[in-house]
Amino acid sequence: MAERYDVVVIGSGPAGLTAAHAAARQGVRVGLVDAQALPGGQVWRHDVRFSAPAFARRCMQATLEHIKIDWLPQTRVVGAEPGRLLVEDPRSARWLKYGALVLATGAREVLLPFPGWTLPGVTGAGGLQALAKQGWPLAGKRVVVAGSGPLLLAAAATARRHGARVLAVFEQAERAAMLRFTRGLWRWPARVLQAAALRTQLAGVPYHFGSVVTAAQGEDALREIEVSGPHRQRRIACDQLAVGFGLAPNVELARMLGCQLEAEGAQQRVRVDARQHTSVPTVYAAGEVCGIGGRDSALIEGAIAGLAATGARTGIASLQRRRAQARAFARQLRETFAIGERVRALAQPDTLVCRCEDVTLGALDAHVDARGAKLATRCGMGPCQGRICATALAELGRAAGIAARPPLFPARLESLALAPADGVAPSLAT
Amino acid sequence: MSTCICVIVNGKPVEIVAGASVAAAVARAGSQFRRSRSGEARAALCGMGVCFECRVEIDGVPQQQACMLIARAGMQVRTDG
Ligand SMILES: Cc1cc2nc3c(=O)[nH]c(=O)nc-3n(C[C@H](O)[C@H](O)[C@H](O)COP(=O)(O)OP(=O)(O)OC[C@H]3O[C@@H](n4cnc5c(N)ncnc54)[C@H](O)[C@@H]3O)c2cc1C
Ligand code: FES
Repeated sequence: MAERYDVVVIGSGPAGLTAAHAAARQGVRVGLVDAQALPGGQVWRHDVRFSAPAFARRCMQATLEHIKIDWLPQTRVVGAEPGRLLVEDPRSARWLKYGALVLATGAREVLLPFPGWTLPGVTGAGGLQALAKQGWPLAGKRVVVAGSGPLLLAAAATARRHGARVLAVFEQAERAAMLRFTRGLWRWPARVLQAAALRTQLAGVPYHFGSVVTAAQGEDALREIEVSGPHRQRRIACDQLAVGFGLAPNVELARMLGCQLEAEGAQQRVRVDARQHTSVPTVYAAGEVCGIGGRDSALIEGAIAGLAATGARTGIASLQRRRAQARAFARQLRETFAIGERVRALAQPDTLVCRCEDVTLGALDAHVDARGAKLATRCGMGPCQGRICATALAELGRAAGIAARPPLFPARLESLALAPADGVAPSLAT
Repeated sequence: MSTCICVIVNGKPVEIVAGASVAAAVARAGSQFRRSRSGEARAALCGMGVCFECRVEIDGVPQQQACMLIARAGMQVRTDG
């Protein structure tokens, strides 16, 4: 059975929520799809203990209860052809037809290899935040948060709220870069308030600049980490290490649809015009998938995309002005938290890079080109389809693109959608 | 106070708060999630359905992402850790 919607929105984070709502208000039928069981995306991920901010709750409620919107949770897009998407939910796989499509697939965390990063107890920073919100036991646990970017503070605050003893936050960026950044903050007063609120929640937790976790140690689980700071090295005993190096847009579906991508630092984002239109007719994109911009740009871009997808002409111009300001903030963030050389040099020849297939950096380096390395080592051909290792290798400036598109993941959308069984197991091809 | 449910991880009952993920249940049971190709112990990494490190068997169905599923009372979870 093929369902059809005037507008299908993929992703129920801030961008997808406002896109669905804006489109529905134009009177069209909307299907809102998310792989997660509950709406909210990353920033408004459901927390089993604490309720979401009032604004988030209102936003989710207004969208999910809208009579023109069908909410399709636990539904993953696994294939695409022009005009229709192959989706899977826990019960079935089926085609969803659309008049227009809004991609609001958000971003994932950039996780970089270092000695010991595969030990149980080491998670992403946003990763630990997501796990904690879903009930991961943290009460009384000694947690260290490390890596780079504003997400470290949010992750530390969530861990603390869930009862963790947050020992410290280690930020790889230098203090000087951060000072330049804060001097410019007056242009975004809302952000200053947000930062101040986080600081209050983290009172008493030491925050160190220019500091990198160089190794994690333990037998079958994390026991201790090594940290290299501006002045000294030290070892810290802990139960959880939450370490992330910023975000990378989830462009896989857009790429499968043939949307043009462009560089976002070492990663890629979907290229859109002022109406959030991608290079493919009837396909729009909004939020982090168009470049890391945070919640505010996601909300605004979602609304623009939802309107544009219905062909609306009015209401877009004022949103476009607000978007420009929100995006400018994101650019500043990117410069401030640019990944330094020390982080890039952490992985050793015997450090695993591909966690699915257990391929070391040394094994990859033995091959002259990315394709040869991939075929010989299977790096990037495991279930994550390179989402972890290819993202990391791109960030490290090594063998970029090694697994961005596995050979068994054909570029032609038609074949991909119709050839689910061999090479690309449907449920693994998000 | 939030209610709790009981799920079975590797034959052992585990209490978790209602609405928590299968990943949370496995962590509470103190179990590893899986063994890697070369035999290393692994556990949830990304918490958001990307890394596939949290794969476990649920009610007889293998290779399920524990971080993407809400635990239900009586669920049978098996890890290979
Ligand atoms: C782990 C993590 C934690 C974060 N925590 C914070 C925070 O605390 N505060 C903050 O300000 N920002 C946080 N961010 C940044 C966050 O990305 C943005 O603030 C905001 O959530 C972006 O909104 P979005 O709508 O663009 O995408 P997202 O919120 O990322 O939503 C994208 C949605 O698309 C769904 N999706 C993707 N691909 C598919 C597919 N193929 N099929 C079906 N569904 C799909 C995902 O399940 C997800 O729900 C976090 C990011 C990450 C990765
Ligand atoms: S923890 Fe990464 S997919 Fe579940």
